Amino acid sequence: MQEFEPKIVAFVCNWCTYAGADLTGTSRIKYSANVKIIRFPCTGRIDFMILMKAFENGADGIIVSGCHPNDCHYSTGNFHARRRWIVFRNLLNFTGIETERIQFSWVSAAEGFKWADVVNNTVKKIKEMGPNENYKKIAVSTLFNEEEIINE
Amino acid sequence: MSELINKVTQLLNDKTIDVFIGYEKGSADRIRAAFARTAEQAAKLVYTASCTQNLAGYLMKHEVKKLGKPGLLANVAALRSIMQLASEFQVKDGEVYVLFANADGSFTEFTSFASIEAYLGTTDVGIKSDEQEMIARLEAMSVQERWLFWNKEFDKCIKCYACRAACPMCYCHRCTTDVNQPQWIPVASHERGNLDYHLMRAMHLAGRCVNCGECANACPMDIPLNLLTYQLIDPIKNTFGATAGMKADAVYALSTYKPDDKENFII
Repeated sequence: MQEFEPKIVAFVCNWCTYAGADLTGTSRIKYSANVKIIRFPCTGRIDFMILMKAFENGADGIIVSGCHPNDCHYSTGNFHARRRWIVFRNLLNFTGIETERIQFSWVSAAEGFKWADVVNNTVKKIKEMGPNENYKKIAVSTLFNEEEIINE
Repeated sequence: MSELINKVTQLLNDKTIDVFIGYEKGSADRIRAAFARTAEQAAKLVYTASCTQNLAGYLMKHEVKKLGKPGLLANVAALRSIMQLASEFQVKDGEVYVLFANADGSFTEFTSFASIEAYLGTTDVGIKSDEQEMIARLEAMSVQERWLFWNKEFDKCIKCYACRAACPMCYCHRCTTDVNQPQWIPVASHERGNLDYHLMRAMHLAGRCVNCGECANACPMDIPLNLLTYQLIDPIKNTFGATAGMKADAVYALSTYKPDDKENFII
């Protein structure tokens, strides 16, 4: 039987983690190919709705990463993002969505090794957790529902 | 009752206010919101034990704004709503005349935000004990049990948006729900769309909810959606030291930050 390969979406900031991931590549460090990187101007731009959309569209895990505190290109974007995540994790936990599926991290443009570690560890963790069955179920029931609506 | 009617009639006659938002008898034994602009309309106002609706939500409706300077019959939740709206620059000091209904049936005038703040400082504004119990019961469940609980609750949702209409803090002219490019929230009321909608609403009300409970009261399907925003009140208070609707010049917890905000999940 084929091993479960999780789909991981990484939302990263342009100035630190994206450059950090670039460094990982130019340093020829190998890391899991499960991750799809999406570049944002700043972690402050990463709305919680975007994370929910990733789950809905089949992501098993999410990485959100940006500049270390005090390193933000726009001075305060990551501080605002941090507050939002603290609240959002509380809400996810209360509504029964596994918060472990979202990995938050600070990776600077110089931390190519750290980026590889973050991705590898997240992939390992999500492999242990298995596919995001809860979300997959509601996505399937939704498809039926939409077909019904069209047929009506 | 006559005290209320006399007061409102006087306020309308001397043009202190243009419209008074209070309660009147509806069909059957129900109570509904009333918008008194004349002495005859003011004569129909009532105040009974069933007058519990938070009327502050009407302050933000453009139909009501058109009527001129409002007066409001307020309970504690309405006072907090006004404070929160003031902190979000939606009402200015002196723009709203507030008549507060005391527990003993008498009425107190609040002419300035400072007096409302002083009153709220001495009042219990916490959530009710049965709601606290319900939150504690949910928090004691496993993650999967909570998922199944909310899945079952959200499954009932018919997306009527009564919760949004009743909420004094949901005053955006264009709600994320109404945006279709991109379509953040699916229009149909299926499991996925309902989950999206309720998480979005809870997140947009985090740190702003004044626990009036109007969303759950308005819900025709009896979904306990007030719990979603209520359970965020304590974490926000403990982590950021902010409580919504207590001060007119408060800063929204999620639009500010401290460099040393504590978290334990970012690696």
